[in-house]
Amino acid sequence: MDHRPQAWGRPRDDVYGSYDASFMQSNTGPKQSTQQPIVTGTSVIAVKFKDGVVIAADNLASYGSLARFTDVKRLRPFANTSVVGCSGDVSDMQYLDRHLTDLALTEAYDSPDKPRLSAANLHRYLSKLLYRRRSKFDPLWNHLLVAGLDDEGEPFLAAADLLGSTYSAPSLATGFGAMLAQPIMRRYVPDEDSAKKLSREEAIDIVKECMKVLFYRDARSLDVYSIAVVTKDGVDIKTDEQLEKQSWAFAERIRGYGTQTV
Amino acid sequence: MAAMFTQNPVMNGPNYSFSDAPKTASGEFREHRFNPYTDNGGSTLGIAGADFTIMAGDTRHTSGYSINSRMAPKVFKIGGSTSSQDDATIVLSVCGFAADGTALRDQLDTICKIYRYRHGKPMTLNACAKRLSTILYGKRFFPYYVTAMLGGLDEEGKGAVYSYDPVGSYEREQCRAGGAAGSLIMPFLDNQVNFKNQYVPGSGVGHDLKERERHPLSRVQVETLIKDAFDGAVERHIEVGDALQMLIVTKDGIEETILPMKQD
Amino acid sequence: MFRNNYDNDSVTLCAALEPPVALIPADRTCSSPQGRIFQIEYAAEAVKQGSVVVGIASKTHAVLCAVKRNAEELSSYQKKLFSVDEHAGIAIAGLTSDARVLSNFMKQQCLGHRLTYGRAMPISSLVGMIGEKAQINTQVYGKRPYGVGLLIAGVDERGPHLFEFQPSGMTEEMVAFAIGARSQMARTYLERNLDAFPDCSRDELVKHGLRALRESLVQDKELTVENTSVGVVGVVETAGKRKVEPFTLYDEYDVKEWIESAAESQGGGNGGGDETEGMEVDG
Repeated sequence: MDHRPQAWGRPRDDVYGSYDASFMQSNTGPKQSTQQPIVTGTSVIAVKFKDGVVIAADNLASYGSLARFTDVKRLRPFANTSVVGCSGDVSDMQYLDRHLTDLALTEAYDSPDKPRLSAANLHRYLSKLLYRRRSKFDPLWNHLLVAGLDDEGEPFLAAADLLGSTYSAPSLATGFGAMLAQPIMRRYVPDEDSAKKLSREEAIDIVKECMKVLFYRDARSLDVYSIAVVTKDGVDIKTDEQLEKQSWAFAERIRGYGTQTV
Repeated sequence: MAAMFTQNPVMNGPNYSFSDAPKTASGEFREHRFNPYTDNGGSTLGIAGADFTIMAGDTRHTSGYSINSRMAPKVFKIGGSTSSQDDATIVLSVCGFAADGTALRDQLDTICKIYRYRHGKPMTLNACAKRLSTILYGKRFFPYYVTAMLGGLDEEGKGAVYSYDPVGSYEREQCRAGGAAGSLIMPFLDNQVNFKNQYVPGSGVGHDLKERERHPLSRVQVETLIKDAFDGAVERHIEVGDALQMLIVTKDGIEETILPMKQD
Repeated sequence: MFRNNYDNDSVTLCAALEPPVALIPADRTCSSPQGRIFQIEYAAEAVKQGSVVVGIASKTHAVLCAVKRNAEELSSYQKKLFSVDEHAGIAIAGLTSDARVLSNFMKQQCLGHRLTYGRAMPISSLVGMIGEKAQINTQVYGKRPYGVGLLIAGVDERGPHLFEFQPSGMTEEMVAFAIGARSQMARTYLERNLDAFPDCSRDELVKHGLRALRESLVQDKELTVENTSVGVVGVVETAGKRKVEPFTLYDEYDVKEWIESAAESQGGGNGGGDETEGMEVDG
């Protein structure tokens, strides 16, 4: 039995001879510039507070609906001054990671004692890189959040996507996070002023709460995640955090969740 | 490539020949291609006065139904001698695909800087306007997906607004609204700035009606007009809102104001 | 100094005598037994014939001062200072046309860096690029070294900098330096006052620059509003915020006060020796 449904009911080559492809309308077929992400990471979320930025992403890399790799770090510190959070294609993320390693090295040679490239500079560089690749019709299929400090030492948070679009806000989320986490974060930091009043602990709590909501409702998410706090003192990153205080009580009232009783 | 299964992956089974490339209704191969464009919404507006020009835009940045940012300005100062643009005299507004807008702004600003190096003076608005047109047309077959506008003062010190289509057609106008709510705002401007459909009462019947005489508006009138236009656009267009950014170009430089608008 | 009129290339003259150019290894240079590459030294001579330029850096500012020359009374003065970006400028001594090539290159690099990184190009990177560019000219067949020396003044995240650039491709960071005709006199002045520079104010720094400049002038020449150029770049702290004071050129009446106050505090320079001037060398 041939398992491919396309083959069912077809003339067999050993009986009728193989199909002469030259009779086809076109033997070129569709242009294979088609691209899509293959192994993907889901949302990255981040929120500014008075001294810096908190950023988080879970450790899962999915292959379609398959939870394929469960220990992938999607937050990438840069020169102990910034963090790049990456959602979208994981292989493109790894390409960017290598690229950033090169950049960090050349920068460190030029200025060994203190880093010069701020998160704002890094974001500009990455967005130009993404925009250039989209203009070559060969995009890097990622949506990035860059967290750190700007040239003036103020908290900096901005996004750059596969088209090269950029934007900045007191709280940002990519992918599903934009639907599920962003409304929660905006409740706490609707504008820059409220971000300036937010403490580090409050910001971490907000982000952790959002990671929980994402795990509840994003099917391509994981309860193990990375979280980083960037301030002028550097990057404080934890890469194996377990989601705490989950409550699945709500599931009991919803048909389809948990053990089926009826 | 159309998949041709002449080799059966199942061990030693019979082979079949077929093409499973998906077709469109018209029989052509359905090509799924990467779409390099998106629309980030928002609206811009420029009005020229006798000795000033006001360029305005909202600051919302959207993707589909999502608001990415409430503070993403799309009106920029161009052609200053430093990166702070303190001494700039020209204003560029871009609406549509924001990444293209940023690229266009950077390119035009760089050209203005090089012009300064070569000629030792800032670019005039009319030279800049022509140059912007050639930049846009230079990407005729992979256009910058933006509706651009250039505002400032001409060589005589009169206010001027130049408006563009994505591939570089341009003209100088008294006023222009562009972007998502351009079609909502423009008729309002026709009536309020160019006095279209305004007639002198009692001057006649039908074709005998005399049109109301046009005159340049004062700065206060224009500012009010812009606020009203955007308040209307915010009400009726989901991609417009959050804040109104206004750059006012006069012979003394460029003033910037940002006013809050509805965030819903 | 020994000169060979036929040696127009840093690559050996014998290369030109051998038949097909393409077969000649590009890296065959004509070094002397003492390890000298004459073409580079000839190029350095061009720098020595250009009129003198002085640069000094303090903790907050970097200044460039130059004497402009005019070929004759009726002609205009040749520009000596150029801005390459908001945060950097150069002073030139030697062939003006070569300087223009380098200055255009530097302008482009600075603009490109601003576009991709959104920041001012670090001065050391900028100087490194022209250094590399100039070094290639000393090694490749068919090229000649740049006949110009530069002083590069600028500010970046690490504060004000002053760099020297020579036709050999050599670049070096300096506290204060002078290049060009009779620049030794200026350097002696700078060495004597070295300790004062780091804490100098903006105006003091310019005055030191002008005094050093005056040391190098020929006997009956003086600094005037017509022949003096000053360039200043710096960082200013206002309300705890660091702000760049863009590289600004001062000519004509803008330098009048500086010249006067520099003259007040010290007598005129000492003369001696004749200046050698080449036709093509900058005025």
